[in-house]
Amino acid sequence: MSTATVDIHEVPAESGEVNYLNATYGIRSWLLTLDHKRIGLLYLVSITIMFVIGGIAAMLMRINLIEPQGALVEPETYNKLFSTHGIIMVFFFLVPSIPATLGNFLIPLMIGARDVAFPKLNLMSWYIFVTGASLALYSLMTGGVDTGWTFYTPYSSTYSHSAVIAVALGVFIAGFSSILTGLNFIVTIHKMRAPGMTWFRLPLFIWAMYATSLIFVLATPVIAITIFLLGLERLLHVGIFDPALGGDPLLFQHMFWFYSHPAVYIMILPGMGVVSELITAFSRKKIFGYSFVAFSSLSIAVISFVVWGHHMFVTGQSVYAGLVFSVLSFLVAIPSAVKVFNWTATLYKGSISYEAPMLYALGFIGLFTMGGLTGLFLASLAVDVHLNGTYFIVAHFHYVMVGGAVMAFMGGLHFWWPKMTGRLYPDVWARLAAAIIFIGFNLTFFPQFVLGYLGMPRRYAIYPAEFQVLNVMSSAGASILGIGYLIPLIYLTWSMRYGKPAGPNPWGAKGLEWTIPSPPPTENFEEIPIVTEEAYNYAGTNTVSHV
Amino acid sequence: MSDLAAHHNAHPPGFAHQFEQVDQQRDAGTLGMWVFLITEIMFFGGMFAAYTIYRSLHLQAFETGSRLLEVQFGATNTVVLIVSSLTMALAIRSAQIGKNKSTIIFYLILTMFLGALFLGLKFTFEWHRDYVDHIVPGFGFINRPEWGSLAPQVQMFMCFYFFMTGLHAIHMIVGLGLLTVLVTMTAKDRFSAQYYSPLEVSGLYWHFVDIVWIFLFPLLYLIGGRY
Repeated sequence: MSTATVDIHEVPAESGEVNYLNATYGIRSWLLTLDHKRIGLLYLVSITIMFVIGGIAAMLMRINLIEPQGALVEPETYNKLFSTHGIIMVFFFLVPSIPATLGNFLIPLMIGARDVAFPKLNLMSWYIFVTGASLALYSLMTGGVDTGWTFYTPYSSTYSHSAVIAVALGVFIAGFSSILTGLNFIVTIHKMRAPGMTWFRLPLFIWAMYATSLIFVLATPVIAITIFLLGLERLLHVGIFDPALGGDPLLFQHMFWFYSHPAVYIMILPGMGVVSELITAFSRKKIFGYSFVAFSSLSIAVISFVVWGHHMFVTGQSVYAGLVFSVLSFLVAIPSAVKVFNWTATLYKGSISYEAPMLYALGFIGLFTMGGLTGLFLASLAVDVHLNGTYFIVAHFHYVMVGGAVMAFMGGLHFWWPKMTGRLYPDVWARLAAAIIFIGFNLTFFPQFVLGYLGMPRRYAIYPAEFQVLNVMSSAGASILGIGYLIPLIYLTWSMRYGKPAGPNPWGAKGLEWTIPSPPPTENFEEIPIVTEEAYNYAGTNTVSHV
Repeated sequence: MSDLAAHHNAHPPGFAHQFEQVDQQRDAGTLGMWVFLITEIMFFGGMFAAYTIYRSLHLQAFETGSRLLEVQFGATNTVVLIVSSLTMALAIRSAQIGKNKSTIIFYLILTMFLGALFLGLKFTFEWHRDYVDHIVPGFGFINRPEWGSLAPQVQMFMCFYFFMTGLHAIHMIVGLGLLTVLVTMTAKDRFSAQYYSPLEVSGLYWHFVDIVWIFLFPLLYLIGGRY
């Protein structure tokens, strides 16, 4: 490097060490990178953009609902807003959130490998994701879709005048990114583990990612074929789901939920994996019942494939099918509860400290428990008839998806941020943001349980005046929640340049990723480590050492 | 770094940096292809499930639709594909026992020829005739009086026929692309009796696409009860 023309991008790392961030420079070195850590960061930027756009759509909806007659937009626009919010948040934020960012970054580090099994495939899946996301985003912004994220036929195939095909094609394309990511992770976890890293020494995050990947590869192809059929039906005016041709619109719902229910577990299982890591690290204790937590991930993945009918209790499917789906849906509660009890038991007599990631983890446990328990209401046939299609449903799945999955994502991001960037963020701000998010979240969504129980239907731009107080509370909460998400965006960005150097292990946590420098070198490990101990071996490390 | 480079240079060409051993790379490739084929089974499975449901609901219309298809094209293509699976297997076997590269290339090109023959028969003869007969849904489909009230469901059968065989044809085209890459790699001496896993995993894909056809042929052509 010549000294005469020192480009600002060519300042060597402070420590003088070569790591994955400063090994090469320039936009090409990022867009053509095969490094799983850089690809993880590429995903992080992409999904953050999608999260912000999906969040803006939600804010506009909440502003509109301040007044019973609608404060802001026409009903048609409102329909497009909730469809945009749902499609972006489900397919382009929640599904890839933890797997594609933290999973990509951490799986090779945690199992002691130099990279994932297929680095080129990994980069390709990011490009596929960006293509799908751009197409969907462009169509949502220019034309919009008013079908909701579920694309139910025959409305989507025959009657809707919005850009269904273009948006559905975006979802279809992004699906292949999920399939390839899942395939890559399965092979990586099977074949790339370091010597001594047996299955039962794996961190529980890896078990959760493995279960998630199974759902990726088994369920995503079915939504792909469903969207393919929907698109052809709409395009050629011929049909598979069209009642006029002897087709059955309910078949669309069956095929849609065959993917989309397991997809719920694509969103929550990685969060459960993150929380297992956080709880042990900040309790300084081995996880209680390792094998139970590990196998509960797998059993959730398996059961997730046989419960889809609980989305269709009121659609006219047979009563006996409804009964069976109801019983099977209750079964999911067992492995979910196993996890919650094991995390709680891990906390018992631990040396607990309340750093920002731990606040998110504790928030997760509480909010996920509420989301899970209200799920039992909806799995009951008779109660579901009353609650189906109301705000109770909206509140329930936001407690799981936002209170669960997003909380875990934020916790994981704060936990591994020093590893990713080599920098610490300001702890006070981080704790404050975690508290604001928790308060804002509950104020937004708890009133919606009440609204739904009282009978307010979802997806309406207007509502009877008696519901206004609860709706205003919810909208107020949404603005607090929005600020809560904005604060980390600011201080995390700030910390990349101005944060204190983190050192290899700022939390005193166990795991191979904490044995290497932060940020890690491109090849991850100088020598592939030989693993000789169980995961979470915190015995004798009860003192917290802060940097 | 120089130690690292030396460590990597000790391995044969085609060895990727993220692996520690050649065996590990081969196993990873094979497992990756099997997982991919499982996703393909789920992909076609959705279509087969929809087909099965509607066939049980509209059996008579599906039989009527099936009789519209020209069985001799389907049967010829079945034979063509089975032979192409044989030539693919022979290509892999040739690499495995260390035959020279011209033998491998011969079998690969023969496989490509048979694949192209399949697509040629399907597109230029079969689908063209369907178009002329006005039985392509969305492209000038005309109901026939003898179908009576079954006409909508006959059209649905034809939808399934074109969606399923069309999806299969797309997979064939991808397979031909893979074979082209394999021919180039073989010509550049990239394979030996020790390392031929790209041939092996592409072979898995080719056989999979053939097996899908083995299911499609009876379900679409032979359910009409003509034989």
